[in-house]
Amino acid sequence: MSAYFNPTIAAITVRATLGRRRAFLFAVPAVVLIALTLVLHATKPEAVDWPAQVLGDFGFSVLLPFTALIVGTGVLGAEIDDGSAIHLLATPVRRGSIVVTKFAVAAVVTVLFAAVPELLAGLLAPNSSGLAVALFVGALAGSVIYSAVFVLASVLTTRAIAYGLLYVLIWESLLSNLVGGARILSIAHYCLGIANAIHPDQSLQAGLTLGTSVILGAIVTAGALILATRRLSAFAIQGDPA
Amino acid sequence: MTVIQIRNVSRWYGNVVAVNDITMDIGPGVTGLLGPNGAGKSTILHMIAGFLAPSRGTLTVQAEPSKAGPSKAVPTWQNPGIYRSLGLVPERDSVYAFLTGEEFVRSTAKLHSLPNIGAATRQAIEMTDMAQAADRKIATYSKGMRQRIKVAAALVHDPEILLLDEPFNGMDPRQRIHMMELLAKLGAEGRTILFSSHILEEVERVSGTIQVMVAGRLAASGDFRAIRRLMTSRPHVFNVRSSDDRRLAALLVGRPYTTAVELTGKGLQVRTSDFGAFCAQIAALTRDHKIALRELLPTDESLESVFGYLISSQGS
Repeated sequence: MSAYFNPTIAAITVRATLGRRRAFLFAVPAVVLIALTLVLHATKPEAVDWPAQVLGDFGFSVLLPFTALIVGTGVLGAEIDDGSAIHLLATPVRRGSIVVTKFAVAAVVTVLFAAVPELLAGLLAPNSSGLAVALFVGALAGSVIYSAVFVLASVLTTRAIAYGLLYVLIWESLLSNLVGGARILSIAHYCLGIANAIHPDQSLQAGLTLGTSVILGAIVTAGALILATRRLSAFAIQGDPA
Repeated sequence: MTVIQIRNVSRWYGNVVAVNDITMDIGPGVTGLLGPNGAGKSTILHMIAGFLAPSRGTLTVQAEPSKAGPSKAVPTWQNPGIYRSLGLVPERDSVYAFLTGEEFVRSTAKLHSLPNIGAATRQAIEMTDMAQAADRKIATYSKGMRQRIKVAAALVHDPEILLLDEPFNGMDPRQRIHMMELLAKLGAEGRTILFSSHILEEVERVSGTIQVMVAGRLAASGDFRAIRRLMTSRPHVFNVRSSDDRRLAALLVGRPYTTAVELTGKGLQVRTSDFGAFCAQIAALTRDHKIALRELLPTDESLESVFGYLISSQGS
């Protein structure tokens, strides 16, 4: 992996990602989660099931995928959209190196804006320190898997955010909770499976085992990165026909 | 010596043909790719640069010698290795605006894994006359300055081949002259410089060799002067308005460069066989006879009409 990580690309990507106005959007779901946790802590201090529900459902179905969507589709997709990617691609840097570096930056930023707030919210919730650590580890895994998928989406289409939103809203938030078989292809359920293995909790409604979650998560991540590399290797400037 | 070899290359988008069966060889020196907007110039440049696959035909560039072997012709599509010996200045005005000019060029040098990044960066910036603005963010640059910093980044690894898509767009006259001198110097050093333009004068001042494209096809190829003669010796039509159209018409009739003069409701329409002589003498003629020249308007100076004539004369 380190052979594929390019510090120059990473430095440019971090500045580009955190310098854009939409960087403010990263913080919105995190602020909402922490605020919700504080409100529930103040109003329902004795209830025992809300931390798992709020941090599991909202955290893994809303906070994590939306943050990963905005970050993951932006690290490379924004440069492809505005044309600045050509300066990067007109160098002999391996396309796999570009994809892996962009993915790594997206994953780290997602961890900062989704997994860390998940941990903080878990620590703020009553009697939930064990759950907080479990959810943090699940969110770490989710940051990695979602980032790979959304980097791939940004290389495949210029409408990655729109398709990503549909995926999060329809697949992750709705179908994977209603249709048992859909969990096999749900990143949120991989995260819940990992969290539940560390800190078993019925309220998490985890549908997958640790082994299944880790294996499927690894396959999705590796597959997304390989596909993104292949696609970027065949990157073509979309010109208007003469 | 051929550095860029294009053989029967076509590129189409669905049913639209952008480039149609182009064959050309481009060697060291400066070559201008001339044609009106939509002629397929950018499509050809993108294919040479490896950012577009030909739908048909073959396109290769001479790669620099490596440990693996001597210099050889390699396809550009899906071959990032070509960027060791090729630099590209895209037309689109999008760069990392949050970086300073120096940071942008230095980053490019790092991505090329150059042995002496600092020296290469300084040299490229000085070459493009951007030293004074190198510490400013690119976001604050004028369009011409952005163009020059893009050229600096494309030159930082000292490439054998430099491709530039409409490089003079947005430059003021001084910057334009400087860029023309730079391209001429790079070409004289033995590099292969290929740039596109839709402005005849730009190509005339920089390159001796041109490739003329019209509607996706190669209309003319070779020495600029010969092609320029073809372009300027075609018949031209001017609309003229003056303080005394009838007297001016009488003065023009019989001049060697005048083919026909017609009085219209709005003035005169003059056909001339010698563009240069007519333009040089009309002002003196009206001044000497105390006629005020109010309008002198070429009616068919669009590039399309020039190229259209060029194609018909090549075909005949």
